Amino acid sequence: MNHLLEINNLDVKFDTDEGRITAIDNVSLTLDQGKVLGIVGESGSGKSVTAKSIMQLNPGNTIYNDDAKIIIDDENVLKFTSKNDLKKIRGGKVSMIFQEPMASFAPAIKIGHQMVEQLMLHKPLDKKKAKHISIDMLNRVGIADAEKRFNQYAFELSGGMRQRAMIAMALSTMPKLLLADEPTTALDVTIQAQVINLMKDIIKEFNMGVIFITHDLGVIAQVADDVAVMYLGSVVERGPVNEILKNPKHPYTRGLLNALPDINNLDAPLKPIPGNIPSPLDRPTGCVFRTRCPDPTHECKEGSIEMGLVEVSPGHWVDQCCINCG
Amino acid sequence: MSENILSVNNLSVSFDYQENFLSKKQKIKAVNNINIKIKKGSFFGLVGESGSGKTTLGRAILGANKISEGNVIFHDDERDFDLTSITSKEMKEYRKKAQLIFQDPYAALSPRMTVRDIIAEPLEVMKITKSREETDEKVREIASKCRLNLEHLRRFPHAFSGGQRQRISIARALVSNPKFIVADESVAALDVSIQADILNLLKKLQEELNLTYLFISHDLSVVAHVCDIVAVMYLGHIVEMAPSRELFSNPRHSYTKALLSSIPSIDPENKSKAIELKGEIPSAMNPPSGCVFRTRCPNPTHDCKEGHIEMGLIEVSPNHWVDQCCVNCG
Ligand SMILES: Nc1ncnc2c1ncn2[C@@H]1O[C@H](COP(=O)(O)OP(=O)(O)OP(=O)(O)O)[C@@H](O)[C@H]1O
Ligand SMILES: Nc1ncnc2c1ncn2[C@@H]1O[C@H](COP(=O)(O)OP(=O)(O)OP(=O)(O)O)[C@@H](O)[C@H]1O
Ligand code: SF4
Ligand code: SF4
Ligand SMILES: [Mg+2]
Ligand SMILES: [Mg+2]
Repeated sequence: MNHLLEINNLDVKFDTDEGRITAIDNVSLTLDQGKVLGIVGESGSGKSVTAKSIMQLNPGNTIYNDDAKIIIDDENVLKFTSKNDLKKIRGGKVSMIFQEPMASFAPAIKIGHQMVEQLMLHKPLDKKKAKHISIDMLNRVGIADAEKRFNQYAFELSGGMRQRAMIAMALSTMPKLLLADEPTTALDVTIQAQVINLMKDIIKEFNMGVIFITHDLGVIAQVADDVAVMYLGSVVERGPVNEILKNPKHPYTRGLLNALPDINNLDAPLKPIPGNIPSPLDRPTGCVFRTRCPDPTHECKEGSIEMGLVEVSPGHWVDQCCINCG
Repeated sequence: MSENILSVNNLSVSFDYQENFLSKKQKIKAVNNINIKIKKGSFFGLVGESGSGKTTLGRAILGANKISEGNVIFHDDERDFDLTSITSKEMKEYRKKAQLIFQDPYAALSPRMTVRDIIAEPLEVMKITKSREETDEKVREIASKCRLNLEHLRRFPHAFSGGQRQRISIARALVSNPKFIVADESVAALDVSIQADILNLLKKLQEELNLTYLFISHDLSVVAHVCDIVAVMYLGHIVEMAPSRELFSNPRHSYTKALLSSIPSIDPENKSKAIELKGEIPSAMNPPSGCVFRTRCPNPTHDCKEGHIEMGLIEVSPNHWVDQCCVNCG
């Protein structure tokens, strides 16, 4: 069976005044229909840039490598240029819940109006039906007084209501592929649970594929089938969610799990991963994590290790040197 | 001199809702009759349902939302600032002492300023530094503490990741050495490692400079770790308030219990024992009479259901306050 989404050898660079910066280095991922792929990783490691590449939403100073492929329905969407093609991946087959809700609602247009417009652009619906669907979705994400909230501007909603309105908007078009970038950061845990259950129902009902980016490892455990862990533009480990959370192999993944505040032990200090985040202008050669790794081998330190994932158990891939370390 | 840095007395904040020009105005009472005192040098946590009024309360405390009823008094070393009668000159003074870290950095950071200028602005506006060199030095110092790459200071905000933008707003709030900070979901966009780093930084500043925080967050494990005292909000009201350990080990209000039970576990096999909240999410424009939580409470008493219960916090053990009916329920 074909994958719903296949990302092959993606590099993304940005031209800036400081020089050419590597944001993504040789990322390959696949996602099947009806599955949720979680992406976790360091802030600034390239999670949002990866997702935005799928919709070609990175800004003008972006450079993709020639042999990169992002394949949806047998088409390399990175090569899309026509308006019609782009429409398919921007709200048609693919839709995105953005990390910062304020960025996706125009400040001077009522949220209901934006929802209806977005829906009518991609579905053959009249205004009345589109309004009905939008209000129903607002209700389902737990917004009380949905008819009234429909008439408000984004700044009049609370942070979490804005986020839920965006989720409602993205779900209402029923895309094949949903890119959810930190979709629940502004929600309290009870509303979060409700929204996640709703997303799960819709994923199942429409056999949607989802990329779910989050810093919340608890949420990952509840929603994802597979997880990819990113550090400084590279996927350093990936596999089934159970495996990654219970049997992490890469020192970065371990460090991340170790940094998680434990609510059952309030006396334990918070434990960040030591060391400085390398400058993207000065990416470490060899393993990208070697400047902060607690026990690099001699070869790691020399920078002579080539990066590359190897399969250590079915479906569990990890960067090569780390298999025997730690 | 008071040991409290802030007193909030019977504070209410309302917004107008109007469907269109012709229709009647309705009120959204976002913050409803709130009383809190914040001790100097403490980490005061504010948690609660999305839309319950946390941001509105934080903004009202900083003079960024207008107060409808009640007052807010900031107790500085020599004098008090009463936010209901503050002059614009005093407001400038107050802004040096109290800073806000916004919930949505994307909307808060000016897109046309470089990050260096964004972080430097408070220093320049308040005339804290004497020279450009001194300003630059302070900017670089705080930026690196907030884990930002110094090479990036000449960039504009759009060229950063969400979490990097969040760290820019933290740096901006800290650079002028304020005494009081409202941190609104300020670590929500950070991975747990950088988050631990930033929280350790905030804690260190609390200890070294006796800085006080109002820390608004949905992340209960973080709140449990950093906050000394925690207040729980629901639909404009504080329904429970207690020292952090007491609240997490011995929650009394039905909403607090539901909230604590819903923290997602990182064990994928541990399908949660969350108390599910059924029932209608109440309208902020037309809140339930009596207890505001009664439409979703798992075990309301007869009086609760009738809407007869008056809301009001009572002290059930030292410094543990809870809305009255819930003392004997559940
Ligand atoms: N337009 C741009 N120009 C230059 N660099 C950029 C641009 N957009 C993003 N970057 C850089 O690319 C890197 C990856 O950014 P990205 O937004 O994907 O991070 P992220 O993993 O989503 O992080 P977060 O968890 O903080 O949201 C970051 O270092 C960021 O500074
Ligand atoms: N400028 C405004 N105009 C109209 N209504 C507003 C405005 N700001 C806030 N509100 C309303 O006040 C209520 C409380 O919002 P607030 O932003 O304080 O919630 P919150 O507790 O911070 O929620 P979240 O956790 O989702 O950020 C909401 O009903 C919101 O719609
Ligand atoms: S052991 Fe080597 S390859 Fe593995 S993370 Fe450490 S430095 Fe990198
Ligand atoms: S006052 Fe009554 S309805 Fe309200 S939370 Fe307590 S028990 Fe439930
Ligand atoms: Mg991001
Ligand atoms: Mg808020």
